Parts: sequence; C-alpha cells; structure tokens
Amino acid sequence: MALLEVKNLKVDFQTNDGVVNAVRDLSYTLEKGKTLAIVGESGSGKTQGAFALLGLLPKNGKASGSVMFDGKQILNLPLSQLRAYRAARIGIIFQDPMTSLNPYLRISRQMTEVLELHKGMTRSAALAESVRFLDAVRIPDAKNRVHMYPHEFSGGMRQRVMIAMALLCGPELLIADEPTTALDVTVQAGIIDLLVDLQEDFGTAIILITHDLGIVAGTCEDTLVMFDGRVMEYRKTEELFASPAHPYTQGLLAAVPRLDKPVERLSTVSYEFMSQRGEA
Amino acid sequence: MTEQKPILQVRNVSVDFKIPAGGMFGGNKILHAVKDVSFDLHQGETLGIVGESGCGKSTLSRAVIKLIQATSGESLWMGKDILKMSPKELVNLRKDIQMVFQDPLASLNPRMTAGQIIAEPLLIHYPEVNKTERMARVVEMMEKVGLSANMINKYPHEFSGGQCQRIGIARALITKPKLIVCDEAVSALDVSVQAQVINLLMDLQKEFGISLLFIAHDIAVVRHIAQRIMVLYFGEVVEIGESEQVVMQPRHDYTKKLIASVPVPDPKEEMRRRELRRRLRREAAAAA
Repeated sequence: MALLEVKNLKVDFQTNDGVVNAVRDLSYTLEKGKTLAIVGESGSGKTQGAFALLGLLPKNGKASGSVMFDGKQILNLPLSQLRAYRAARIGIIFQDPMTSLNPYLRISRQMTEVLELHKGMTRSAALAESVRFLDAVRIPDAKNRVHMYPHEFSGGMRQRVMIAMALLCGPELLIADEPTTALDVTVQAGIIDLLVDLQEDFGTAIILITHDLGIVAGTCEDTLVMFDGRVMEYRKTEELFASPAHPYTQGLLAAVPRLDKPVERLSTVSYEFMSQRGEA
Repeated sequence: MTEQKPILQVRNVSVDFKIPAGGMFGGNKILHAVKDVSFDLHQGETLGIVGESGCGKSTLSRAVIKLIQATSGESLWMGKDILKMSPKELVNLRKDIQMVFQDPLASLNPRMTAGQIIAEPLLIHYPEVNKTERMARVVEMMEKVGLSANMINKYPHEFSGGQCQRIGIARALITKPKLIVCDEAVSALDVSVQAQVINLLMDLQKEFGISLLFIAHDIAVVRHIAQRIMVLYFGEVVEIGESEQVVMQPRHDYTKKLIASVPVPDPKEEMRRRELRRRLRREAAAAA
C-alpha cells in the first residue's frame, strides 16, 4: 500500500471576484521513503495542493477529492483529528524560515514544545533530542546554538533548524514547500544535499515542491509538473528529463540557461502558456 | 570593441560602512563591503557580477554610479570621475546611466500609472519635449518591451511581475541611456518570465548598443547574458574574465563551489555534481 494516495484533488477559493480554481485535478501516489517533486511556476496550484493535505488552506479555500494517508482518509478531517497527523506523522517545511519561526522564542523552546506535545517527553529529554536533531542537520555547536533566537541564525541555518523541527517526531512524510527558494545557490545545494542524506538515514518520504527543475533532477524518483491547477506531466524523473512529453515541460526546461549546455536564445514556449492564461 | 576606450573605468573602488560594534559604548566597527575593485566596461558589452547575498555586488554597482558614497577609488565615465561629480553633473549623468531593480512591483510608484512611470525620466531630463511627443515615445517604448499601448493608464498592481519588470525596463530605456545597471533584475521572476525578460534585454541591447552591468546570484543566467563575468566574494574580486573561461576553467575555489552548486536539469549530471560537492565539502572540512 502506498503511503500517500491523492485522487482528483480540487482546491477552490471563494473570492470577491468569484470562484478561483487553484487546483483543478491532482492525483498522485507516493510510496514509503520515496521522493516526489511537484514542479510549477507561481499560480500553478502546487503549494495549495499540498497545503490542502494538512488542512492548511485559508478560510475561503475548499478542498475536495480524496487523500489517503497510510490507508486513512485525511482530507477535510476536523482539526482535532488532524493534529494527530500534523508534525507527528507529516512534517512540513515552509519557504521562508524567518517568518515560520517564532522570533520571540529560543530555538530550544520551539523544538521542545513539539516533542512535549506530540511525544509527551519531559523538557530535559526533549532538549537532548532537539540537540541530536540539530546535529543531524549539521548545525555546528548545536549544544550551545539550541538556546539562540531565530534572528541569530543565517538564512541557511534557519532553514536547517526548520528541517530539524519538521523531522523531530520522525514523520513518515515530509512536505518541503520551496525550501531553498530564499537561499543563495551555494546554500541551496547544501540544503538539498542534506535532505537527500537525511532521507537515506530516516527513510522519510518527501514531497518537494519547487519551481526549479534543476534541483529536482538529482533528488526525486518521480516528478509531477503542474500548470494552471492541472497535471501536465507525471513520470519517472529520469524519463521526464530525457524526453519531456508535454510542450509546457519542454518549454520550462528550455527556458532556463544551463551551465552544461549553453544556448543562443532561451525558449519562451512556457511563457506563451502563461500569457495565454493572462498571467505574464 | 577592444581598441575602443572603455566607457566606464572603475579603479580601486572601496566602500566601507560604519556599523555599531555592540554594547552601549561600543562605538563603531568598520565593515569593508567592497574592497579595492577595478574593472572596465566597453560600449555594448555586458559585464556580469556574481556572488552570494552580502558579497557587496549591489553596493559596488551603486557606488560606481554614486548612488551611494564610495570610500575611495575612482569611477571614470568616458574619462570623467563620477565620484567627484557635482550634484548638477550627476543629474545630467542619470540620462546616460539608468537602473533596473530586483523587485518589479516595489520599484514602481503604486500611485502612478504605467504611462506616468515610463514618462517620468523624460519629464525630468528632457523637459523641452512636449506632451504629445512624450506620449508618443512612451507608447513606442511600451511596444518595444512587449506591453500593449492600451495598458498605459493602468496602475502597477494591475500588472503581473513580468509586466512590472518590463515597465521598469521601459522606464530605464526611455532616456536612451548608454549604460543600464540591472541589479538582480530577473531573480524574482518565474523561469518562463525570466527567459522572456532576458531575451528582451539582449534584443534591446543589440538594437541600442547599450552596455549592461548585470548583477545576479545565478551564474548560469549571467553566463548566458554576459560576455565577461566578475566573481565577488566578501567584497573582493576573486576572478574576472571571459564568461566561457570563468565557467569552464574556474580558477578560484569559490568560483568552483559556485559552479558546482548550480542545479543542472539532468539527473545523471546532477548525481555527479552532488558527489563533487561532497568531495569539496570533505576537502574544506579536512583543511579546517
């Protein structure tokens, strides 16, 4: 049985200008310990599709369809039941580590809180466990750094803290929403390498949401390309890169300058898709 | 191009900032944001400046056109030092040197229409141009950058990010400058839009013979658009040379790391690069 099975997921937003269909039809499956990349540009619905799994949609958002996690339906569960999944079994990392950490609390408190709540640990046991995870995400001098505040960390280090927090309870699934978008390319490479290594160590399944096809190539078994709330292409990563089938995917790949294969001119095929939708 | 005199010659420019050293009576510390940087820029040439956030690339680009004060050095614009120019001379200079900023929406005044935004530099630098002529030039420029003329009365929030960036480019082009400084001008855009804006910049450069100082953190983008690349690291130039050479035969360790970090959309190549990064990390750890 697959760890996660998403079928015909739809997400609609009720706005003043009428209903907006953010996700029109999204289906995929993810096996234990595997990685799926969901790739799309702004407005493709890639983030809302993932937020819907955990009931993280804003109030005017409505999700329908089916999301089976470990054999149980989790879509639109009441909050009281969702809590058993959030953080404990499904962890999430957000794009901006600064705004997703509480600036008033030391890292230690923010981490121990999770363990005390979900695992019923004592404060001291939780602290020791937190330090162990900060070590695992390669934060130097974790024992002392754990008592620092978020603003005392650099952007890359903050994202490492977020990853450590998300992994604290040993979730079976980790959703990483643009985990490296705000970071420098050298730092980004470090974070992606770290995610790959951690997955080998912890066996966590990962959904990597990104707009960057490049970081997908070396990390994910399967890749799903989204545009305008729909799936354009969903295949083995290697096949997708070797012979992209959908014109949008082809365009997306040719729109990015490559270090290994320089071109005279960048493709604007995927741009045509966007402008036809009136967004570029 | 090489026999020609460069239009911009930057010599030994340094920028220092005073920052509080901490503590009530701690006084100030000096932060050397840019250290002794020199380069030439020729007409019609694009020089790319790469480096990570905080390396001083934006500070440098602003200092050489005196948007901020350099601590020392000179920046010769057709032989005349910009850093010593009077405010009056500087206003004149802005005709020739324009800028495109990173955040397309934040760099446009929300209370002005696209037409007013694009017209403003003309209004300031060429007040003798009458209204009809000005409007005609605005419309012409909008069409050049791929905006339709009937959007002229729309406000920035009604445009997408890519369109806003094109308004910024039209605004920079309207005075027919000789140099445009693009400070992370495509970094905030979706890849599809980024491709379109890069193509536009390259086309316009060819058409008008403008020089570009193109600042970005993405060395792949910079290699695509620039003939030469300068790599900045902690405010210092660690490498400068022909783009192909810098990318294919990087000499400095930081450049090597930068290149190894750029993701490549090819699974096999990406595996190879991850191994390379592992090795570089191990070597760095062993050295430390």
